[in-house]
Formats: sequence, structure tokens, C-alpha cells
Amino acid sequence: MMSRFRAGDRVRVRVGSPPRHVRTPCYVQGKIGRVERLHGAYRNPESLAYGGDGLPRQALYLVRFPQSELWAKYAGSARDQLLIDIYEHWLEPA
Amino acid sequence: MHDDSHDDRHVPPAPDHDPTDFEKRVEAVQALLVEKGILTADEVRRAVEEMDSRTPAQGARVVARAWVDPAFKARLLADAKAAISELGITVGFDATIVAAENTERVHHVVVCTLCSCYPRGLLGYPPDWYKSLNYRSRVVVDPRGVLKEFGLVLDPNVEVRVLDSTADMRYLVIPARPSGTEQMGEEELASLVTRDSLIGVAEARPPAMR
Amino acid sequence: MARVHDRGGWPGAGPIDRFEHPLSWWEKRMDAITTLLMTPEKRVLRVDELRRAVEDMEPAAYERCAYYERWLHAVETLMAEKGILTREEIDRKVKELDARP
Repeated sequence: MMSRFRAGDRVRVRVGSPPRHVRTPCYVQGKIGRVERLHGAYRNPESLAYGGDGLPRQALYLVRFPQSELWAKYAGSARDQLLIDIYEHWLEPA
Repeated sequence: MHDDSHDDRHVPPAPDHDPTDFEKRVEAVQALLVEKGILTADEVRRAVEEMDSRTPAQGARVVARAWVDPAFKARLLADAKAAISELGITVGFDATIVAAENTERVHHVVVCTLCSCYPRGLLGYPPDWYKSLNYRSRVVVDPRGVLKEFGLVLDPNVEVRVLDSTADMRYLVIPARPSGTEQMGEEELASLVTRDSLIGVAEARPPAMR
Repeated sequence: MARVHDRGGWPGAGPIDRFEHPLSWWEKRMDAITTLLMTPEKRVLRVDELRRAVEDMEPAAYERCAYYERWLHAVETLMAEKGILTREEIDRKVKELDARP
């Protein structure tokens, strides 16, 4: 399948909180992480949620963030990471 | 004498309270969907049975096999659904299961901050706390604090990886195999694998002292 | 600004209540009805629609409701949206069942 990013790429999550169904939580928006892996192509939940067919499919990635990138006052270890599934249209190169 | 000729699990239990609004509305919705031919009472009964048959014990079997068979573990990490089906376990239609392995150096813990996604096709119903607003809020921002509440204190040198399941992946943690279990068979090993260790809020049980 | 369901890092969250209540017969029914409606054979609704209808609940109701009460609310909303059931029909059925001896 065609995908824009590869494992290891630095990506930034787009910012946007539309009052409709999205699967990109606020706490990762605007944050920079790295693509951990490409899961494959999946129907787009933003269309499925309103009765749409979810097409075209979107590449879905597992993206990894150092916890210290997400939370200014992160209290754990500097090694700690957060991994989350993000659809391609929410990612841009960083 | 107990009458075994019918399965009384699927008859409403004798009410110990007046039906709540929730219970009345569920009954009404089901009755109307049956009247309209969208589903049957028998389908509902079978769906409940099927969910009841999915339990953490299934996940424990998978982990025990992965502990004793490195080739199986490799297949589990590459394509969990296919590997799980080798054990005769079917996981349903709804999502893709992805296994994440805990080691001495890395500890995974799973959450769904947006709703309550859970590998229910394998493990059954999620526990209440997994669905709670407090767990969903806190485990991403303070995983070590949350794990401590569950009785698990991790060394600062261990990398904690929180997995937030926001899409079609359902994460299953493969807990680290406890030391002192080298002589154990698969069945005995499976008894060490708790539900909480499959979510990552606990480690597998240590073997009982002999 | 995070919507009510978008809980990651939500300020003020307290200790986790680890009490686990056994699911009631009716909670299991609600689960079964909902997942049946989502099977590939029926495809009356999608899990994404269920989530959307839960997320669109009035925030105070979202926070107050038990897990399967949210599902019930969402299923009622979606059945009405799809022209399968109306809330009035459900209200009438509740009264009818209530009147049983």
C-alpha cells in the first residue's frame, strides 16, 4: 500500500478539535514523535461514525512519543514512552 | 432437586429490586428489535454465551505457549490473530489483536483514553476500572503512579510504554516470564498469568514458594 | 479544548476505584444487543457510530452515566437516526411491559 511515512520518521500530530468524531486525542496534538510501525490501511473512522463507507482507507501508524514531550511535568523516568495509533491524515513531517 | 433441563443462566434472575429504568429500556429495545425482525431472542442469548466464554484464561494459555515456544512467540508478535487460532481460539470479527512483549527492560501497559477499547474478543468483558474515567485520564500522564496503586513499583531503569488504543488495534501484553518457573509445564505457567498482567497493570504471579 | 470523552491527562482525576461489580443480566443483554447489531451479517450499526453517539452525549450525562447506560443512550439515538425505532416507541413498550401482571 502507499504510505507517506516509514518507521523511524519524525512526525508532528496536527492540531484540531472539531466538534465531531475523531480518534486523535488532544493530548498528542501538536506533539512530535516517531513512527514506530505501519499497521496497514484502515477505513477512516471520521466517515464511518456518520454512516459513511470510510473510504478511501487511511494508513494507520503506531507513533511513539517520549513522555517528556507530552507532559511538561512528567514525573516518571526520562526513558518512558507513549505509543498511540494515529491515522495518516493527522500526521505531517517534522 | 435442581432441574438441569433448561439453562437458567439466560432467564432473568429473580428480581431483588424493582426493575430500573435502564433494565426496562433494555428489555423494551430488545423486544422491539425482535418484533421488527432485526434480531432474535435466541441470537441475543447466544451472543451473551459467546462473550461469557471469552475469558482471561484464554489469554493466559496464549502467553504460556509463548513462554515455552519461542517460534510461537515470534508468530504471536508478527500476527497475533493467526497465532492465537493455532490454539483453537477464535477471537471474533471486531478488531486486530497486537501483542506487546514485556521484558526486564520494557514494561507495556494498555489503555483506551477515548472510550474503552479492549481485546474483548480474546479476554471477554473489560474490568470496571479499565473503563473508568480516572484510569483513562491518569495512566497516560502518570503511568508509574497508577501502577503503584495496583501494587507494581517499577525500577526507574525500566522503560514504561503506555499503549493508547485509539484505532482498530487491540493490545495484548505478554508479561515477562517469572524466574523460578523453568521446570513448569504450560498449564502450570498459564495459572501465573492474570488478567491484570495481560493489561500490564501487574506482572505475572511469581511461582508459589515450595 | 478536549471533549468530555477525550480523557487522556484530564485534570483533577483521582484514585482508581478497583471494585469490580459482576455484570448484571441486563448489562450483558445490552452488550449483546449492541454487538449483534454490529456483526458483519447484520451491520445495522458500526462501532464508530456507537462511539460518536456516546461522545455526543451532554457532558454531564456522560460523566454521570454508567458504562452500559451510555451504550443504551447511543443505541436509542442511532436506531432513531436510522428510522428503526423511535424513543416514543420505546417509551410505549416500556409502559406495555410495565403493565404486565
